[in-house]
Amino acid sequence: MATITLKVNTQVRTIECAPTTLLVEALREHLRLTGTHVGCDTSQCGACTVHVNGKSVKACTMLAAEAEGAEITTIEGLAQGGTLHPMQAAFQEHHGLQCGYCTPGMIMSATDLCRRSPDPSEHEVRHWLEGNLCRCTGYHNIVKAVRAGAAGMRGGK
Amino acid sequence: MTAEGIGAPVKRKEDRRFLLGKGNYTDDITLPNQTYAVFVRSMYAHAKITGLELDAARAAPGVVDILTGADVAADGLGGLPCGWLIKNKDGSNMIEPPHPALAQGKVRHVGDPVVMVIATSKAAARAAASLVEVSYDPLPAIGLLADAIKPGAPVVHDEAPDNTCYDWHIGDPALTEAAFKSAAHVVAIDLTNNRVAPNAMEPRAAIGDYSAANDNYTLYTTSQNPHLIRLLMAAFTLHVPEHKIRVVAPDVGGGFGSKIFHYAEELLVAWASRRVGRPVKWTSDRSEAFQSDAHGRDHISHAELALDASGKFLGLRVKTLANLGAYLSTFASSVPTYLYATLLSGPYDFPAIYAEVRSVFTNTVAVDAYRGAGRPEASYLLERLVDKAARQLGMDRIELRRKNLIRADQFPYQTQVALQYDIGDYHATLDLALEKNDYKHYEQRKAESAKRGKLRGFGISTYIEACGIAPSAVAGALGARAGLYEAGTIRVHPTGSVTVFTGTHSHGQGHETTFAQLVSEKLGVPIANVDVVHGDTDRISFGMGTYGSRSAAVGGSAIMKALDKIVDKGKKIAAHLLEASVGDIEFKDGNFRVVGTDRVKAFGEIAFTAYVPHNYPIETVEPGLEEQAYYDPKNFTYPGGTHLVEVEIDPDTGVCDVVDVTIADDVGVVINPMIVDGQAHGGLAQGIGQALFEEVRYDADGQLTNGSFMDYCMPRAADLPNFKVGNHVTACTHNPIGVKGVGETGAIGVPPAVINAVIDALHPLGVTDISMPATPEKIWRAIQAAQTKTKGA
Repeated sequence: MATITLKVNTQVRTIECAPTTLLVEALREHLRLTGTHVGCDTSQCGACTVHVNGKSVKACTMLAAEAEGAEITTIEGLAQGGTLHPMQAAFQEHHGLQCGYCTPGMIMSATDLCRRSPDPSEHEVRHWLEGNLCRCTGYHNIVKAVRAGAAGMRGGK
Repeated sequence: MTAEGIGAPVKRKEDRRFLLGKGNYTDDITLPNQTYAVFVRSMYAHAKITGLELDAARAAPGVVDILTGADVAADGLGGLPCGWLIKNKDGSNMIEPPHPALAQGKVRHVGDPVVMVIATSKAAARAAASLVEVSYDPLPAIGLLADAIKPGAPVVHDEAPDNTCYDWHIGDPALTEAAFKSAAHVVAIDLTNNRVAPNAMEPRAAIGDYSAANDNYTLYTTSQNPHLIRLLMAAFTLHVPEHKIRVVAPDVGGGFGSKIFHYAEELLVAWASRRVGRPVKWTSDRSEAFQSDAHGRDHISHAELALDASGKFLGLRVKTLANLGAYLSTFASSVPTYLYATLLSGPYDFPAIYAEVRSVFTNTVAVDAYRGAGRPEASYLLERLVDKAARQLGMDRIELRRKNLIRADQFPYQTQVALQYDIGDYHATLDLALEKNDYKHYEQRKAESAKRGKLRGFGISTYIEACGIAPSAVAGALGARAGLYEAGTIRVHPTGSVTVFTGTHSHGQGHETTFAQLVSEKLGVPIANVDVVHGDTDRISFGMGTYGSRSAAVGGSAIMKALDKIVDKGKKIAAHLLEASVGDIEFKDGNFRVVGTDRVKAFGEIAFTAYVPHNYPIETVEPGLEEQAYYDPKNFTYPGGTHLVEVEIDPDTGVCDVVDVTIADDVGVVINPMIVDGQAHGGLAQGIGQALFEEVRYDADGQLTNGSFMDYCMPRAADLPNFKVGNHVTACTHNPIGVKGVGETGAIGVPPAVINAVIDALHPLGVTDISMPATPEKIWRAIQAAQTKTKGA
């Protein structure tokens, strides 16, 4: 067993787990942060996207041990005191989610895009999201939501 | 209409929990003392099991139990049943071979479950499963549909020596034969409808939890219809009465049909939980999903269209071979028959139709309903055929359609294939789509594309579907083994807030919002004061679930009926309080009023009075304010419309970009336009996926060759354009809302429009046919072949 200490959603957490434990398993099964989802086994779908030291990462692609000492933000850590993050609010406003399964990964990916490119074009959003699959929305409203969320983030709303 | 009632684009009530990461999907649930199941599945498409070596696995760390087909047989678990009996042409019943939950001596497709390993962690279960040794004696297999009916083909089930489950027909062969004899033109086409994987983003999962203390079972499962699962487990598979089984389908991450069916794993976790005395959880991997979830489509068809000299349709003749996979899944038999061939009239006035469908077993995973289920296969066949007819006759494809569409004054319209369309206006949706697409400037766009070296193509599809499934008596007469009504309960609480209980299930469709809007419309209650409960057989009395775009048309209608009962009872209470006769009470805008006076009782006061009946008509009216209704539809509903697609093809690479998608649908009365548009978008993406990207491929020996997201091409954001969606409403004539249904329109209407656009773009090069999915490779090869042919000539 390995002992791993992470900072998850601003809290320091220590877990005991097998050395082969993936970051997504550590989050879901050890820390019970089940907002991060698993939709595939080949790192294609992006449902497990979280932020590791501020950058979006598919949490199925790294071992929990690799995240030792890192700052992790999951979907549960985005809203502040019950107020939705501008990207979360934009997804609701523009109907960017249906079944909700891909949504946490989409939002974590989108917020990283907007950090890098505060006013992304539609083309930029569509290409950035190539690592995130959605089967419900046809992406139409997700793209709208991400661009609106970008505006919200720029406005500090 | 109230501010949040029918027609209001209100934001979804369910969003907040999903946005916060607080959804509650089956795999998110962890029960105390839970164990984990992993299945050892067949690597062979067809084989005899000659031995099982389990000792090493049993000795592995953390193993709780290992169960096999022998245990299933010893405990008398029933096989998985099929819910729809189809009759052969001669009136005899279809063949229903056994479908055991774990293999009984033989495996029949890659992924067929053989052994269930249960351990204290998923990792331990996986490790132990890798130690299970299954010895196989491989048998010749059928991987491809066309091979199933070849002479000397391997036999999937001894019960069906020619691999045929049924050989069925519909329509009038003599009338159709006569129509073809009198025809000026006959146009023929051969088509394959490609096999696709539903791929809801949430893989299937199930947790069985048996309580020895109460001798009852709880099953958490990723299901679109928990009551149906309970019914099938009670009656057919687990053999335990319904009151001893609770099925919970919590948040479900998409279904698209694939989560309708009763799967072996649901039964096995419940059964195993009793055996091991602990909860048993199973969560599918994506690769496992590709081999164990039911797939969709997989037809080979030959069709002929008879026309008179002016282009009027005289008759249609269709012969279809349909793949059912290795076992009959829950609704598999109904998909290529009553959900497909009954739709072959499309939106057209056809005097004669005859269709024959032979459905066969192959050594592939089951094929069953997937978004559209039969109807996309019908619209694809018709719309490809109509386009080909326009070319062959030298007619404009839009005018040919316009000439043959059923006119608005022809409704109700009785088709030659059993259905009676109640209402529609297909010319109106055609005109609306053309206008939204700016069709009159299409040639300019084509010229502009050409300047950039791109071949632009325009494709059209005018389509219809039947949904709002289904009138029980009609379905029963056609072989359905279940009723297809829906139940709804309205519980008004003493302070006037409302809980709705519905037997439908929302897994992305937004029922928690739209059904609250129905309450708001009827009772004037803000949607913030309405909660909708679904997905739990202990909380909801009964229901048939969500599929076939039935939730609003059937489930919503049950809710409306129950709301009517609430208003009726409220009037009796109000009449007592207002000292008036019941006939003089009207209910409007949330108030009970003595007609023509200012004597009023607000809805909240009536609710409170019903629960605090101090001054109350207690002799004639019971306290409380809760009503239930069951609604059985009088007919199917018939959404339809026109889908237009423009593509740009790079002739050097074969890459096809979808540059415009414009649709005009008639889905009846729209409860929430934001949600309706979203449903259309999702269907379009899946339809475009089938047309351009997606295909499950088995090789001739039944090996699954693209069973992962690395190999199976799912549509991604950059593959799709924005969609232009228009609506033209004709209200359904036979349900209280006027709604028809929107869940499947995109997947049904758009695939032929895409392929018609691709052929339109390539036609100048001599390409006349291309099959789905029209991948860049396929398009490039078609261009090369056409050019070689042209040069050769």
